[in-house]
Amino acid sequence: MALLNITSPHTHGANRTGRLMRLVVYATFPGIVALTHFFGIGVLINVLLASLSCIAFEALVLKLRNRPIQFYLRDCSALVTGVLIGVSLPPYCPWWLVISAAFIAIVLAKQLYGGMGFNPFNPAMVAYVLLLISFPVQMTAWATPLPSLADGQTLPSLVAALDKIFFGTAIDGYSSATVLDVMKQNAGLTLDDLYKQEAVFTDGRWAGAGWEWVNIAFLLGGIYLLYKKVFTWHAPVCMLLALALMAGVFYDSGSSNSGGSPIFHLLSGATMLGAFFIVTDPVSSAVSVRGRMVYGALIGVLVYVIRTWGTSYPDGVGFAVLLLNFAAPFIDYYTTPRTYGHKKPRRATDSSKQDGGH
Amino acid sequence: MTSLIKVWELPGGIHPPEHKSQSLQLPLGSLPLPPVLVIPLNQHMGTPAQPVVQVGERVLAGQLIGAADGTFSANTHASTSGTVIAIEERAIPHPSGMNSESVVIESDGKDEWVELTPCENYLSLDRLALLDKIRAAGVAGLGGAGFPTAIKLAPKSTQVIDTLILNGAECEPYITADDMLMQVRADELVAGTLLLSHILHHPKNLLIGIEDNKPKAIAAVRAAVAGAAVNNPEAAKIQVAVFPTKYPSGGAKQLTQILTGREIPSGHHSADVGVICVNVGTAVAAWRAVRYGEPLVSRITTVVGDALGTQRNIEVLFGTPISYVLEQHGFAANRASRVVMGGPMMGFTLLDLHSPIIKTTNCILAPSKQELPEPQPAQACIRCGICAEVCPANLLPQQLFWYAQAEDFERLESHNLFDCIECGACSYVCPSTIPLVQYYRAAKGTIRLHEIEKEKSDRSRQRFEFRQQRIAKEEAEKEAKRLARQKAAEEAKKKLAEKAANASAAPAAPTDVLSAAVASANAVQAAPDEQKAKLERLVTTAKTALEFQQKPLVPNKTNPVISDEQLVKQQVRIKQAELKLAEAEKKLADFLAQTSAAQTNTAPANTAPSVAAAVDMNDPVAAAIARAQAKLTMSPEEKAKANLESLRTRLAKAEEKVAAAKTEGSANLDALQQGADKLQQKISEALAELAALGINDEPAPQTTPAATPETAPATAEQSAAQAAIEKAKAKAAAMASMSDEEKRAEQIQSLQTRLSKARERLAKAEAENDANVDAFRAGVSKLEEKLQELA
Repeated sequence: MALLNITSPHTHGANRTGRLMRLVVYATFPGIVALTHFFGIGVLINVLLASLSCIAFEALVLKLRNRPIQFYLRDCSALVTGVLIGVSLPPYCPWWLVISAAFIAIVLAKQLYGGMGFNPFNPAMVAYVLLLISFPVQMTAWATPLPSLADGQTLPSLVAALDKIFFGTAIDGYSSATVLDVMKQNAGLTLDDLYKQEAVFTDGRWAGAGWEWVNIAFLLGGIYLLYKKVFTWHAPVCMLLALALMAGVFYDSGSSNSGGSPIFHLLSGATMLGAFFIVTDPVSSAVSVRGRMVYGALIGVLVYVIRTWGTSYPDGVGFAVLLLNFAAPFIDYYTTPRTYGHKKPRRATDSSKQDGGH
Repeated sequence: MTSLIKVWELPGGIHPPEHKSQSLQLPLGSLPLPPVLVIPLNQHMGTPAQPVVQVGERVLAGQLIGAADGTFSANTHASTSGTVIAIEERAIPHPSGMNSESVVIESDGKDEWVELTPCENYLSLDRLALLDKIRAAGVAGLGGAGFPTAIKLAPKSTQVIDTLILNGAECEPYITADDMLMQVRADELVAGTLLLSHILHHPKNLLIGIEDNKPKAIAAVRAAVAGAAVNNPEAAKIQVAVFPTKYPSGGAKQLTQILTGREIPSGHHSADVGVICVNVGTAVAAWRAVRYGEPLVSRITTVVGDALGTQRNIEVLFGTPISYVLEQHGFAANRASRVVMGGPMMGFTLLDLHSPIIKTTNCILAPSKQELPEPQPAQACIRCGICAEVCPANLLPQQLFWYAQAEDFERLESHNLFDCIECGACSYVCPSTIPLVQYYRAAKGTIRLHEIEKEKSDRSRQRFEFRQQRIAKEEAEKEAKRLARQKAAEEAKKKLAEKAANASAAPAAPTDVLSAAVASANAVQAAPDEQKAKLERLVTTAKTALEFQQKPLVPNKTNPVISDEQLVKQQVRIKQAELKLAEAEKKLADFLAQTSAAQTNTAPANTAPSVAAAVDMNDPVAAAIARAQAKLTMSPEEKAKANLESLRTRLAKAEEKVAAAKTEGSANLDALQQGADKLQQKISEALAELAALGINDEPAPQTTPAATPETAPATAEQSAAQAAIEKAKAKAAAMASMSDEEKRAEQIQSLQTRLSKARERLAKAEAENDANVDAFRAGVSKLEEKLQELA
């Protein structure tokens, strides 16, 4: 018999990258359901279109790079990127926006850097931010959530949605300002008055109509992933804590200068999606436990800063994540763990001979 | 009684399926004697043992067949009785699949044992004798590393051992050898623990660490401890520490951390934190070695895997071919994916199934293709960090992988690659199925290789630089000598010319001729001295070579038998060496004869009109130098006395000569008389000097004038010396209180003063055409050098 010289360990756990990625996709389902419920079929079309185009671009580039297409597609990372783009883009946005996003994410942000595992930035966020800057009108036109629809108005039908997406046929009154827009543009009203006055708040419970439930749904997905040990709690929990802390510190007891309550920030915009599906992207984040805590916390701080004091963009998750992607190697440098048998952590560039040697 | 101790949490770790039950269904078994045993001489960590038996020799079970080579080695014994049929390279179980020198024994089926020397009460022996017994029995770590146990049990005097840990964790899946051992030999384990405790001067904590997945072993050991505590109060101190099952809690570093909370500093041993950690099987082996004098010739091994018909633990003799063991357990080769020695996490694939069971074989794992399938192709690392979560050493495996791929060895070192224990937890959990440990092993190997190469090149560079320096120095010396010779020759020529010019009216001339001659003689002599040294070296080398050749031929590894041809060759070589020696000696003798002839030749040439000078010249130059040196070290009194003595001798000689000349009526009588008178005068001067020094010599033949000009300088000299001493003392005291910086400044200053003085002297000497001008020059340049060094 032929004996293989296989080195230890000879056994392997059940973990596979493909499995992890599929779990992430499953975990987005509650969020997608909530989004579809509040914003209509446009969300599903987005997700579908983005996923398909991401997989197509991935396959295309793999073919160009002479890589085994099936082997790499099986890791499902392109699918995850597609789904995340699908839920990030505004429903009923033009089709070319979605396909551009897929192209930017897969071709520019991922494969040009060497593909899976080598991208320094989160591909979905690169796409989102690039498009947000390039096409601010289309990217900020969010659909009106179900509770805030005018009497007698319904969510757009499939035909209307496809018409809007592919032919630009306008849908009457389909879009309105999001809660973050409202909060940002608030000047002179105390939070109490704002909550009473604005439809998005009166139709909602804690943080605005629809959005609060979308965030809770993504939180559920995140808890599922934590339970499945797809990632550790460090980065997302630290991000949420930092965001809540910032909101708490600058709450200013609900005056007109307030940036919003912690609960408002936790349950509005892309907070939960960001915390559990973007910040936890391992490839572009810091590597050590302490590093990920710092990474998450800084993203939380930046999200608040951009939301509250930024000049033009209502939400800051995309920018915050990309900025911290830049900083990840820097964080890694200062957060190397203390290895067994060492008195203190060694800096990542400390190549001096250690006591004892080998 | 056993009591609970604090169990610390092991960071990281994994919970792979245990697969422990299948090998524990059957009781401990044994195998029929294999027909042939292959006993490797390096079953342990360290230097391989040296064979001490010959091919064809009959050996008994327990007989020493390989003697430990040095301290860091272990004895190897025959596992059964039989005949040594070969001592040759055979495959051994090793990750590299390498071969090693092995003693091959054909079993005679009798299993006759050598006579063993039991020891009823080990307390009657001192610790060194106990360690000797353990060493003699060839006990090495049975946990897997094969570290010679006697070394482990003799920590350095600076390492205070307060904790002895018996490692019964056995965290690897599949392996149950230690579990079985603790079940069936719990009493011996406790006895062994007490023995090791005694050897280690009774450390405070005696711990037997067992993972909680071995309830039977835990119960057995607890019972044995309780049983032993009845007779021996120390046994009550033994604590059976049970801790949660988690891989790799059985690593010595990890177990130390779990049971004591202490981390072994990187690059150190557990003894440095006061802990000695010994495998339970090793403790039993040590106990048997002391109690029964029994050498280590067998062990309990787990034979397990779905490709086998029978899965169980067996007591198996070292040297039993693994193929034989597999055959005895119904091994189905077509079903097996591979055969592994050790467990699935850290074991290695056996490349040759004929390799034998050795001291470190704790498990033979023959899994089926479904059980341990071939590894899947690796995907890209997504830096998920699960590896970092499970790493028991708190490393960043994903970063290590990244740098290992990039061969960035500096970064690997800064990420503490060498603290990786290669437990394989990271590879186990990696979702991209990257063979991480393999990358680390390869990187470690490359780094070690680089270090060895660097050391080599450093050494040869140093050698080269040193050689260049030496050559340059030699050249400089040669050049200096050449210049000195040239100078001396020129001077001599000049003086000769002067002398020729003033030949008629120059009574002082002879002395000049003399000095010139001496100078030239010295100059010539420098070369012969070197030549002589060279010849002497030649003789020594020839002698050494002869001695080397005369050494009797010894049978060794490469030449087990000495042939006639070799003897003849040796004879020839001895003859050659003798001839060379004779030649060298002859050369030396010739040379010595030549030089002495040359000296005798120069002597008559130097006989100058001055008798006193002639007397001096009869003495060899070397003797004069020696005398001068002796003088230098003498005190003024001694100097004066010696001077007096020599003057008296010379006077006596001179007087004799005068008397002889008188009787013969020689023409030189006047000159001789003059010389004697001069000597007489000198003696009186010397006596005066002595008197001035306050020493009364024996009654002088002549009364000395009260004050000769010399007395004043003598006293002056003495007081000057006193002053110098005083000054030196003061300087020393001052130096002691000075800082380094001040000292340096002081030194520089004094050197500068000395240098300026020396320069003055040199200038003066040059002006006067002094013969010593070269010496002065050399002195000045030396001082300049020193000054440069300091500045």
